[in-house]
Amino acid sequence: MYKDLLKQIFILACFLPLLAHAEVFEKTLGNGLKVIVKEDHRAPVLVQQIWYRAGSMDESSGTTGIAHVLEHMMFKGTKSVPQGEFSKRIAAAGGRENAFTSYDYTAYFQQLHKDKLALAMKLESDRMHNLVLSETEFNKEVQVVMEERRMRTDDQPHALLFEKLMAMAYQEHPYQHPIIGWMNDLNTLTVADARSWYKRWYAPNNAVLVVAGDVKASEVFALAQRYYGGIPSRALPKRKTVSEPPQLGMKRFTVKAPAELPLLVMAYHAPTLRDAQKDSMPYALSVLAGVLDGNQSARLNKILVREQQIASSAGAGYDGTARGPSLFTLEGTPSEGVSVAELEAALREQIALLAREGVSPQELARVKAQVTANEVYKRDSVFYQAMQIGQMESIGLSYQDIPGMLSRLQAVTAQQVQDAAREILKDDNLIVAVLEPQALSGKPKRVNEGAIHAR
Amino acid sequence: MHAKLIVAVATSLILGVTTAAHANPIIQHWQAPSGAQVYFVENHDLPMLDVAVNFPAGSGFDTEDKSGLAGLTHALLELGAEGMSEDDIARQLADIGAQLGGYFDADRASVAVRTLSSRAERDEALAVLARVLQRPLFPETVLAREKMRLIAALKEAETKPESIAAKAFGKAVFGAHPYGLSASGEIASVEKLQRSDLDAFYSAHYGAKSAVVALMGDISRAEAENIAQNLTAQLPPGGASSEIAQVVLQSSASKLLIPHPATQSHILIGAPGVSRNDADYFPLYVGNYILGGGGFVSRLMQEVREKRGMAYSVYSYFMPMQQPGAFQIGLQTRKDQAEEALLLVNKTLRDFIERGVSEKELTAAKQNIINGFPLRIDSNKKILDYLSAIGFYRLPLSYLDDFPARINKVTVADISAAFRRKVNPDVMATVIVGAPEEINKTGHTEGAGK
Repeated sequence: MYKDLLKQIFILACFLPLLAHAEVFEKTLGNGLKVIVKEDHRAPVLVQQIWYRAGSMDESSGTTGIAHVLEHMMFKGTKSVPQGEFSKRIAAAGGRENAFTSYDYTAYFQQLHKDKLALAMKLESDRMHNLVLSETEFNKEVQVVMEERRMRTDDQPHALLFEKLMAMAYQEHPYQHPIIGWMNDLNTLTVADARSWYKRWYAPNNAVLVVAGDVKASEVFALAQRYYGGIPSRALPKRKTVSEPPQLGMKRFTVKAPAELPLLVMAYHAPTLRDAQKDSMPYALSVLAGVLDGNQSARLNKILVREQQIASSAGAGYDGTARGPSLFTLEGTPSEGVSVAELEAALREQIALLAREGVSPQELARVKAQVTANEVYKRDSVFYQAMQIGQMESIGLSYQDIPGMLSRLQAVTAQQVQDAAREILKDDNLIVAVLEPQALSGKPKRVNEGAIHAR
Repeated sequence: MHAKLIVAVATSLILGVTTAAHANPIIQHWQAPSGAQVYFVENHDLPMLDVAVNFPAGSGFDTEDKSGLAGLTHALLELGAEGMSEDDIARQLADIGAQLGGYFDADRASVAVRTLSSRAERDEALAVLARVLQRPLFPETVLAREKMRLIAALKEAETKPESIAAKAFGKAVFGAHPYGLSASGEIASVEKLQRSDLDAFYSAHYGAKSAVVALMGDISRAEAENIAQNLTAQLPPGGASSEIAQVVLQSSASKLLIPHPATQSHILIGAPGVSRNDADYFPLYVGNYILGGGGFVSRLMQEVREKRGMAYSVYSYFMPMQQPGAFQIGLQTRKDQAEEALLLVNKTLRDFIERGVSEKELTAAKQNIINGFPLRIDSNKKILDYLSAIGFYRLPLSYLDDFPARINKVTVADISAAFRRKVNPDVMATVIVGAPEEINKTGHTEGAGK
């Protein structure tokens, strides 16, 4: 769900682990493929991830969802590796594999024993330039994606609300389209759309290869040269940069769907990190999200759920690292007998309190203690460490920015947090989204007075 | 979007392990003076410590009229203890960057903490954990609020096709057995729960003698001994049986059709499967990899998704528990093709049981499970989870070391025999939520033909 994604990325942005530079090595091949190696010798395993700088934000109206459909098609075979063989070979090597598409990028990975890197590179490099896109397979796979869309979005009221929220928040920026695509577009996509997407974006000079685990950087570079080095680079289309114009006043909308409990989301347009050293607002907003919802004693849970018992759940999220703009969100489900309007008033009260009185030194220290501890905890996952590197590289920052970003987070002051709340959490900048529960029969549910039309 | 996340999740549900030629973690085991069983792996690679304390206190120890008691007791442990309000607990842990977590299923309830291993942080985190485990208060006001939140969540679950299906499936497979109870309880039973119920459940089920302490990370053996004792010395008397009643197989097939406005039908098929210590477990585990556990290469995935594009997610798994947990097949598909998908899945299952697997399939399964073993123990968190499972189910300390050999010696004939013993398609339960309109009209329950 998008909500979880926001939270997850916020955690990414806020709690980046300290990567000791000595353990990270990089090299760019002659064809433009950037190779980054993170050595970690705790266990005899490795992960290979290839990140293409092409996500749903690079799509056009009418063919939304093509980035993700192509991701599915990447498992359908090449000239030399027949349909189904990729997965079979990785499975026989004891590997796990998958892929994911986001607004900003598309990535593929395999987790394997440390001896199996050559196999993974052979297969991954092959499908970078030899993919076979057949019409029969394409038409079948689009059906799978439609089932995925039904499962993840159409039948999930919260996901539906967030899909509509993005569409409402962005009038010009392509973040208005869902990653999985509109059903209407999925119905009309053709194999030609997939071919043209593949040709446009799948090139070594549009990718970053990340290998992490029990490997030697020099050996990884040699293997990468051997398997990826011969793939010709290609001229990449000029990317259109779209910025979302300022919102000129509050927006508010409702989604009706079968559910029991309402959900209220208040989303504020917010910037993302463009220059890791010079920018400061994203750091302050990350800390602000931490103060509201970064731990069990954070404000929203403590005050709205536990003390006032206005909400049965409440949260906040902010993703400061993305190619495009971001949203700072507050959300909650009202307690039994509490209306959505009352919950909105309570959230607004918290925002006013932040603007008026700022945050305490203890709250600030608590958020920073999480940052410090999470730097250590994240080292328990080789996969996650590779994820961070790939993500940073794919959104226009560098893994080398990470230590500096951590210092900047640690340096955020209470005043900066208060200023950020004042500047960003303003009504003209706000979209209010309400999930209005419907009985399964399709008739409106009996709701508490005022629960529907929040004002 | 994680293209195959559901499959990954389904796969990870299977408690199973393998080994390769790499050195496995050395598991130290002893009994604390309190009576608790302790499992420890010393590892100083990262300056952190993970601890989990497990009890036979899952929802399998609930009764129908107090369904939800085990879960609520578990949830309230960290919401108030002697001398500490729920906010004190949350704040003290947050101040040092420690994370409180836990696990809950039909057999087991556990409380876990992850902390930096530096002395000040570690001591503080463990002090909070010790208090939470040994001096919980279950405050009335917190209980009232948490009951309200739980009831709201239960009402919400009653509208979600996947939750409706899971609940109906549990009932259909386990009947009146406690494994058929909803882990979170029912609205009516939760409403009636009192503080005295939680106190009594805690006293009976959280005793030191049935506690299993798992420790993984940056401490010495001597420190681990002290920690384990301090976490369990003042636990309540305990004394409730840790045995779950015997699961009885259903005597006939059932098919339950539940209407729902969703665009997809959610289909679950299954029956009680295998217990944690059953000799058939390994052949079933390997066989299920071939049937529906092995991601893209499984037969169900090939038939339903790869060949026909009928579903995004289709899987099968065994949930090995103290008593036979569910064997379950699941998928979601567009309503108008639900019956067709169901026929296909049933045919694939019958075919699997009647004809068994090929040598080639078996080899591929073994390759994946054995070669992939290092990935199962490549983090402190994963090793901690194995320590808990090994301790809780009294598996041999050599469990991880033995696993590849046990996988390797499974034969084609073993798989056929084990599946015929444990999986009978004629007595399976089928639940369809969001059933196609035309069959909705025929009513709710109908006996299913073969």
